[in-house]
Amino acid sequence: MSSLDQLFVSIKGAILGLAQRLLPAVWLPWVSIVITIGVIAAIAPAIMMYLTWLERKIIARMQNRFGPDRVGVYGLMQPLSDGLKMLIKEDIVPRGADRLLHLIAPILSVVPAILLFAVLPFGRNMTAVDLNVGLLYFFAVSSVGSYAIFMGGWASRSKFSILGAMRSVAQIISYEVPGVLSVVAVIMVTGTLSTVGIVEAQSNRWFVFTPWGCVGALIFFLSGVAEVNRTPFDMPEAESELVGGFHTEYSGMKFALWYMAEFLESFAISAFTVTFFFGGWYGPAVPFWIVAVLFAALIATARRLPIPVKGLGVVAMVGAGLCWGTQPIPSWAWFFAKTYALIFVLVWFRGTLPRLRADQLMGLAWKFFLPLALVNIVATGVWVSWPFPIGTALSALILIVSSWLLVRANHPEAARPLRTYVFAD
Amino acid sequence: MAIIGSGVLRGMGVTFKTFLETYPVGRGLLRVLGIPVTNGLVTVAYPETKQQHAERFRYFPFLVYDGTPDNLRCVACKICEQECPPQCIHIVMEKDAQGRPVKAHGRTLPKQFDIDMSICMSCRICVDVCPFDAIEMDNQYEYASTDRGPSMNFTKEQLLKSADYFRQIKPTESSTVDQRLAAKAAKASAAKPTEPPAAKPPSPPASNT
Repeated sequence: MSSLDQLFVSIKGAILGLAQRLLPAVWLPWVSIVITIGVIAAIAPAIMMYLTWLERKIIARMQNRFGPDRVGVYGLMQPLSDGLKMLIKEDIVPRGADRLLHLIAPILSVVPAILLFAVLPFGRNMTAVDLNVGLLYFFAVSSVGSYAIFMGGWASRSKFSILGAMRSVAQIISYEVPGVLSVVAVIMVTGTLSTVGIVEAQSNRWFVFTPWGCVGALIFFLSGVAEVNRTPFDMPEAESELVGGFHTEYSGMKFALWYMAEFLESFAISAFTVTFFFGGWYGPAVPFWIVAVLFAALIATARRLPIPVKGLGVVAMVGAGLCWGTQPIPSWAWFFAKTYALIFVLVWFRGTLPRLRADQLMGLAWKFFLPLALVNIVATGVWVSWPFPIGTALSALILIVSSWLLVRANHPEAARPLRTYVFAD
Repeated sequence: MAIIGSGVLRGMGVTFKTFLETYPVGRGLLRVLGIPVTNGLVTVAYPETKQQHAERFRYFPFLVYDGTPDNLRCVACKICEQECPPQCIHIVMEKDAQGRPVKAHGRTLPKQFDIDMSICMSCRICVDVCPFDAIEMDNQYEYASTDRGPSMNFTKEQLLKSADYFRQIKPTESSTVDQRLAAKAAKASAAKPTEPPAAKPPSPPASNT
């Protein structure tokens, strides 16, 4: 019985061992590659499908609704039925559109979103490719998506599409800058660009618990939210202004691909925030049986699950608890738990905040995040240079004072007393 | 001077509280923390659970009969047909071969009484204008069908419902209707001994209204 932490790694090892007996040795690396790519290519759409379900459920609860509950228990089959619907819908291409670019654009937007999964450290020894420039790769690949968006908007030959695409490019370029600068602090401390190296540097302390890490995580996460065009930064697809933004003229599976890219990118943003600032796969060493009992209780008390499914789930959970009960919670479970917590925050933003105006959007990036990210680099230098209490206090002081100054500089009207209207009453 | 961003945080708090309120566990948690809790979910999963409608909820008219279905209150006077704004009511009076109205239970009756549901707008004007309280509003609403022809045209047989049913679905409204009818019957029986039932009184009795 292998450890729960390395379960998937040992499954892959077992398959490779089988392949070793059946195939010539030259093929082994290829088998390994195919397994890894196959798993990512299978997991990515599954993640996307259930992100749509999760988002609809959470948003619904925030609006006092049930959300999807018609297809399957708790609406769990809803993503499948949506996918089926998308597949059989008519594919409409506007007259005068560039047919080739119109077809390529959504594909081109999904490819980088899936490519991002290559450097994601899902767990201990569970990174598909441990690139020594993983962080650089992340920024390089994630910004390819903006080309796809502009391509799609341009190829549609529609004013709404092109407006949305132009907004998108402006937004992505603006938020790329503070996003990259906020991670510079991480590179300064860890001295590596490899995602695995960054996670391993956080084995004692998650970076979010340092002053510079806290600010950096905030800037990185919010810039990421802006880069994937999610509410409240969803100017490129502002329904009330632009019909659908850059995907106005898309229907059927092409439209689904746009959505897939968007959801995968928001997953990736959450996952990379976890990797860079929230300790990646590290977590407190809670014994696994607690989680197993918790899940078993959850399954047993779920009212709408059919009895056989309930029984099977409880038995599986109890079995897993008996098998691996004394081990700590596996690294991949920590990674996914943290990532989905951040995805909840994303949906929470969407359930709460109205869309920003274009000038507010740009103002936030250029007048607040960018200077704060630059100050953050200085604060990180201070934190690194001095030993624990002094460095931490000094960098915290620098950040608090500078963010207060920035807010004051950006909102001069906030310092003035409120204007009272004499004739108001 | 308010801190910039505090409004955002307060708004996020509101949505998170709403999110928690929709789960029993979340409601319990909020109660433990001493935060006032609302009922949570507003919508209902419709076909399984149905909303409890108010007594005055109405959808579509029906014809009231007392006791047996042949004892209709309707006398085919066609007032509702004329008053109906979208003109969805169609009435034909029961007549014999000579063209004289046929009477049952001492009053004329409709041979045909159709209401087209696809046209009816649930305005309740037919109920208001009926001098005999023969038509009332029902609170059933699950009448969806796949065609808009015959299945949406409700005939007399489909529209007939008993007065007891009316009392059951709308106790308040039916009690006032019953009082009115009882007063009318009392007045009629007070006037009856002086005149034979078939012939009409030549002049109304001394005004007591």
